[in-house]
Amino acid sequence: MSQIAKSSPLVPPALPEAHRQTGIPELARQSLNESSTRKSRWPARLDLLQSLSGLFLALFLVAHMAFVSSILISQELFYRVARFFEGEWLFGQPYPILVSLVAAGITCLLVVHAWLAMRKFPAGYRQYRAFTAHKSRLRHNDTSLWWLQVLTGFGLFFLTTIHLYDMLSQPSMIGPYESADRVWSGGMWPIYLMLLFTAELHGGIGLYRLAVKWGWFVGDEPDAGRRRLRRVRHVFSTFFITLGLLTLLAYINLGRAHAELAGERYVPPGNTLNTTVNAGKH
Amino acid sequence: MITLFRKPKPGAAPRRLTLHILRCNPADPASKPYLQAFELEEAEGMTLFIALNEIRATQDPSLQFDFVCRAGICGSCAMLVDGRPALACRTLTRDYGSDITLAPLPFFELIGDLSVNTGKWMRGTAERLQTWIAQSEAVDLDALEARMEPALAEAIYELDRCIECGCCIAGCGTAQMNENFVGAVGLNKIARFRLDPRDTRSDAEFFELIGDDDGVFGCMSLLGCHDLCPKELPLQTQIAFLRRKMAVTGLY
Repeated sequence: MSQIAKSSPLVPPALPEAHRQTGIPELARQSLNESSTRKSRWPARLDLLQSLSGLFLALFLVAHMAFVSSILISQELFYRVARFFEGEWLFGQPYPILVSLVAAGITCLLVVHAWLAMRKFPAGYRQYRAFTAHKSRLRHNDTSLWWLQVLTGFGLFFLTTIHLYDMLSQPSMIGPYESADRVWSGGMWPIYLMLLFTAELHGGIGLYRLAVKWGWFVGDEPDAGRRRLRRVRHVFSTFFITLGLLTLLAYINLGRAHAELAGERYVPPGNTLNTTVNAGKH
Repeated sequence: MITLFRKPKPGAAPRRLTLHILRCNPADPASKPYLQAFELEEAEGMTLFIALNEIRATQDPSLQFDFVCRAGICGSCAMLVDGRPALACRTLTRDYGSDITLAPLPFFELIGDLSVNTGKWMRGTAERLQTWIAQSEAVDLDALEARMEPALAEAIYELDRCIECGCCIAGCGTAQMNENFVGAVGLNKIARFRLDPRDTRSDAEFFELIGDDDGVFGCMSLLGCHDLCPKELPLQTQIAFLRRKMAVTGLY
């Protein structure tokens, strides 16, 4: 047994005798020894980073939908939400640059996440064929789900950048009329419609797969746990796609009603300074 | 279709089954893969093992396939049944339609027809992952073996039930794209030896074996392995557990 242990590749091989005698400093010898036997920690870190960036983006997606859908309650509420994120509550006046900063941060995170996720994409035709043939042969739920995540993820490379650049370059144009005009008069609604489906599907599947991957919320019975998670995923995707569709419809309706006055800024009803300007338009 | 409806009515004439079998003989360079159809009459409680033996005995003695135990213990008879990996000896024909397509497991070296060399790959993986009890100190063979809690022994035994049939590899999307991937069978073995108190390896040492994209971080959690494992091993839980442990190890 002791011989097995000694010859095990797990035990770092001793440095050649010559090295010991030529007086390599102790530190250099150690690092040489470590680097030649120790496996890189980066695959672990990249895997963690992919999960963490994805988790953060999915949570952002949920929060984002909550804020955007405030238009369903009232135009003024959405106006207040937008000003809130421009720091009005803190600085006394709105600073749209804060929105730009958030958009820049999300863009960076998105790039990191996309770059990490791309490691898992099929590389080249051989891998592509191998996976798609396997998927159609197997008819297995989670395998097909991953493919849907690859496809939606690929779509999100393009769709998110359009929206993020808008937010980055025109951060002050967030408000009931401003956003509705962008959706309808600005012709952005097809992008938002596609973005809604791809992002919500990708996020919902992503959260489910995160839980399964790391063993969160699975419980003692993995099969029952996974069935439960699957139900949660269905509810998640259905809820957010429905909410998103209703919200988009609200912006489209508002945008159509406001089309002739496109470009006009929204002024909340209580604002005395602008009531005369706004009067009679609605 | 729901299995219940497939049960033959008492007194009804037995079904005629058609087995479409992928034939190929890699030893013959001229051999090209093709599907050959074999017809036979279904018998009560017929498994694919029985069907294939009947075909070989009565229709084509050259048909190649592997069997040893007939009871889901040896892991020799895994094949693709209508595209999904399964043990032929535990697959009842009545659970399928009258047309069944059989193909060899992908990924492994093809011996001929439905016979693949899983053993060669399993052996290589075992050596690569050092799936044996590694001890840092010599064992005193005269001393009594250290006692183990029954619950722990049960847990080890649970993972030790793996029969190396290869279904998890054939059901794995990652393995299809990366032939160096160790698969659920490899990861399950590491989980098994990690549990074993006689194995003195640390997580850092296990990281050396599976801490990369050919190991636990290559797994994309598609869970074909978990869902198709004929022994119903808790592969989903074990891989997630290893991933957590190896991710923590990877932080240092």
